[in-house]
Amino acid sequence: MSATVTAPTEPTDGPEVSDGGIKRGLASRIVARTGGGLVSVGLVLVALFWLMPTFGLLVSSLRDPKEMDGSGWWKVFSSPGQLTWDNYDSLLSNDDMMRAFFNTIWITVPSTVLVILIGSFAAYAFAWLEFPGRDWLFLVVVGLLVVPVQVALIPIAKLYGDTHLFGTITGVVLFHVAFGLPFAVFLLRNYFAGIPRDLLEAARMDGGTDLTIFFRVVLPLGLPAIASLAIFQFLWVWNDMLVALIYADTDSAPLTVALQSQSRAFGSNIEVLAPGAFLSLIVPLMVFFAFQRYFVQGVMAGAVK
Amino acid sequence: MADVVLDGVGKVYPDGTRAVDTLDLSVTDGEFLVLVGPSGCGKTTALRMVAGLEDISEGTVRIGDRVVNRVPSRDRDVAMVFQSYALYPHLNVRDNIGFGLRLRKMPKAEIDQRVLEAARTLGLEEHLHRKPRQLSGGQRQRVAMGRAIVRRPQAFLMDEPLSNLDAKLRVQMRAQIARLTRDLGVTTLYVTHDQVEAMTLGDRVAVMRKGVLQQVAPPQELYDRPVNLFVAGFIGSPAMNLFSGSLESRAEPNDPKDAADGPLSVRIGSQRLHLPPELLAARPALRYYVDREVIVGIRPEDLYDLADEEAPFARDRDPEGAVLTAETDLVESMGSEVHVHVRLDAPPAVTADVQELAADVGNEDQVPDPRTASTEVVARFGPRTRVREGDTARLRVATDRMHFFDPETGLSVRMRENS
Ligand SMILES: Nc1ncnc2c1ncn2[C@@H]1O[C@H](COP(=O)(O)OP(=O)(O)OP(=O)(O)O)[C@@H](O)[C@H]1O
Ligand SMILES: [Mg+2]
Repeated sequence: MSATVTAPTEPTDGPEVSDGGIKRGLASRIVARTGGGLVSVGLVLVALFWLMPTFGLLVSSLRDPKEMDGSGWWKVFSSPGQLTWDNYDSLLSNDDMMRAFFNTIWITVPSTVLVILIGSFAAYAFAWLEFPGRDWLFLVVVGLLVVPVQVALIPIAKLYGDTHLFGTITGVVLFHVAFGLPFAVFLLRNYFAGIPRDLLEAARMDGGTDLTIFFRVVLPLGLPAIASLAIFQFLWVWNDMLVALIYADTDSAPLTVALQSQSRAFGSNIEVLAPGAFLSLIVPLMVFFAFQRYFVQGVMAGAVK
Repeated sequence: MADVVLDGVGKVYPDGTRAVDTLDLSVTDGEFLVLVGPSGCGKTTALRMVAGLEDISEGTVRIGDRVVNRVPSRDRDVAMVFQSYALYPHLNVRDNIGFGLRLRKMPKAEIDQRVLEAARTLGLEEHLHRKPRQLSGGQRQRVAMGRAIVRRPQAFLMDEPLSNLDAKLRVQMRAQIARLTRDLGVTTLYVTHDQVEAMTLGDRVAVMRKGVLQQVAPPQELYDRPVNLFVAGFIGSPAMNLFSGSLESRAEPNDPKDAADGPLSVRIGSQRLHLPPELLAARPALRYYVDREVIVGIRPEDLYDLADEEAPFARDRDPEGAVLTAETDLVESMGSEVHVHVRLDAPPAVTADVQELAADVGNEDQVPDPRTASTEVVARFGPRTRVREGDTARLRVATDRMHFFDPETGLSVRMRENS
């Protein structure tokens, strides 16, 4: 890979102003100039740079705690004997951390699934059903996007106190769902609205009800948007601490809160902190890779022309 | 299978646009009816009301013995082929064709069998596993057809199904659609703005303009006996030549035969054509127009080259009152025929109809200017014609096939009731 490699499809005359004379963006001009080679190298460097702390965390979580105070994690390269599974063993037998881990899952998965489910139903309605006041209602939903979480903290705490949701996983989930929905509806509605009308009408002629059209046409075609929404929502909830700190109690606290309380005594228990942090990092990564295959371009190709 | 009947159907869109106005149309069982008209005349709207994709503002739509105004699309048991094909991009050809059957919970084995049958009819067997994006335009079009025929519906609705294909493929697919619908014998309502499609496919053709039905008739009748200027100008390519003229009695001043039963001629600019008795018999109302203006219509193929030995009438050396002489402007050779544009010193027929038609078709600048008092006329000559640009051509007119229209109403002058 080198800077002299040029893409064979690139026209040799005036590469800046192809596409019918429309000036292309800086980035794509750079890509065109270098044939992608230099850019690829750059991207790999950025990725490595981003991975470094993650890798450091992984190594630290595998080191003997006694070594950790005195030296940096890169020392393992000179003395690989430091590596041990002990930290993960003790993490697995640490009841507080394990409960927090499962709490996180119990909070994140329903919050994500519910947001996608409710959000996509609502988005379909906003995009394709006709009812009075539809567009106004959608504008209200869009308006909710800019409501900060903080303004709701106190009223909802009061509400939860009255309804005995305080300190429960259900309470935390409900909060996340409520605040995840505006963005979900906004994103999915705009994506669904881009599905060609003819497709949905064809499905109606083929005997589809709104429900079958939703499940058999709109959802499959909306997968790219749903996948990105799933990742956003999952990350947001998984990494949330503010909401959990306020509405969860010790029994329902997620990993973020548990890690925070562990880190108060930093130094004495890095053997819990490091593997715990790595655990809380690797799950969203796995989710990302799982959904990544749905980010395909051109799902609509061939539908209408 | 069933008939489809539109009874006083109208459509007013929420923004106040009236797209269809009291449309009465009936497609009999097994008939292929083509709805044709210029862009924006409400063809698609009419079709979508039959499909149930658009609310019906006025009137009733009946399919078989059911009034379907309040019946949702999925229960109307009609299939539609969209101009865009509207294939499900995430499903392969097999599932695209079988989609409707699956939604109707048909047993899997039967679905497979029917899909295969439809695919075989359309020559799609090898592509069953492909996604729409992997198909050519023509193949996509056939999948869209397959999706309709596999359901064996009461009626087919097609909205310009061929307009996305290139010219050659369009001719092929046109023939295939004709064969298919004839073999299946399904009631079909077919929308197009292409008059060739309309004429070749339709058992009957309905011409619409601005939401109003103009004429419904078998293709040949539509061509031979257009009821008004609009239909006359719309059907046929090159279009019918229209110019204004005036009727005169040819009787001697003291002849007992006069305008009521004597011979008539039409003055076209400085020239004159005699109206043959057959024409007067077919259009008795013409007598009311003596000494008045009429709009004269002559189809390009009803003008023959008198100099061409092979042309009909070539032996008729005494065509008194059946010849027009005019300067040749332009000669366009089409290979099998030659279009000769000549200039006639008659005022062009500038009616509201003509102006709108020109605007509808999108060439406002071709609206003739009445002040010039000359009209370009197109004649369709045989390929052996020796007429050249700048020559003075002698055109033999098939006078018995001339058309006459009332300049005010635009209606064809035919029976006595007309005037
Ligand atoms: N949803 C709508 N709202 C308002 N007016 C509409 C709507 N759809 C169509 N119209 C108008 O109704 C008239 C008829 O439209 P329609 O689509 O039926 O025409 P068409 O005959 O199918 O034309 P084309 O040959 O271009 O497809 C047009 O004037 C159009 O602008
Ligand atoms: Mg249309």
